[in-house]
Amino acid sequence: MAGTAVRGRLTWQAATVGSVTRETPSTVTLRLEVPDWPGPGASQHRAGQHVDIRLTADDGYQAERAYSIAAAPGEPLAITVERLDDGEVSPYLTEDARPGDQLEVRGPIGGYFVWEAETGGPLLLAAGGSGVVPLRAIVRERSLTGSSVPVRLLYSSRSWEDVIYSSELDSPPDGVEVIHTLTRSQPPSWHGYARRVDRQMLAEVAWPAADRPLAYVCGPTSFVESVAAGLVGLGYPAGRVKTERFGATGQ
Amino acid sequence: MDGNAIGGLLAEVFGTDMTMATATCGSCGAVSVVAELAVYMPGLGTVVRCRSCDSVLMVFVSLHGTTCTDLMGLASLG
Repeated sequence: MAGTAVRGRLTWQAATVGSVTRETPSTVTLRLEVPDWPGPGASQHRAGQHVDIRLTADDGYQAERAYSIAAAPGEPLAITVERLDDGEVSPYLTEDARPGDQLEVRGPIGGYFVWEAETGGPLLLAAGGSGVVPLRAIVRERSLTGSSVPVRLLYSSRSWEDVIYSSELDSPPDGVEVIHTLTRSQPPSWHGYARRVDRQMLAEVAWPAADRPLAYVCGPTSFVESVAAGLVGLGYPAGRVKTERFGATGQ
Repeated sequence: MDGNAIGGLLAEVFGTDMTMATATCGSCGAVSVVAELAVYMPGLGTVVRCRSCDSVLMVFVSLHGTTCTDLMGLASLG
């Protein structure tokens, strides 16, 4: 049985786009229907994992990319995709994908950037742009399991229009604080942070190292490198700062 | 991009999740979790580099369903 489960995760499976929801001008959430996707129970995915998506063009050309799972374990499979101007896959997924479209999925994948209730906290989640996707799955998993570990989500976006899951994050569960920083433009009555994450902001937002927090940092490479270094500078052991760097494949 | 992004490729090549495996650079000796290594996809294949010294650790090229794997930049992986 274990062998079968492993094989399923390593092979490409047919998937159908179930629904397409626009989150922001540049991001879309796709609900995916995969007949053999792990369901509730021991084989479900883990918060923070991703899936590989493969598209095949009419001429047989294939492109594959990894996308973080936006849903918590047990919830229907969904990914949130950001459109990259020079992307090979994201323009299709964010603009052309329609319910009923077919694509291939492999996964769930990843054992490093994952969290479950037993992992503990307090949690410092730092998101740069679409790096919020796996962190949102972690927050949802925390709610589903009834965990009460304190969470601070520091979320950097260019503007309020670029904030993904904004209404969900506007009413976070008990014990979860969401701190936004808007780096390029802010709404008229904005009183929050209005600059890129820096050491001062981390010092104000991050749990003290003495609390033995766990950090998950996800976003563009430069964001992750800067925040991870900042947290280590605040006394976080490097082994308690988990990182996931997004980036265009050419970088 | 880092080793997280190629978790699927690595699982296909090694038969198991490798993102938590420890990689030792054959050039500078730096030890890293595979998930944290620098990953590039320059058009043909996938290149994994040491974050400390930028040496190439692993190269994967897939053609016609076969993946060629070059791990010669590693001192160890496990």
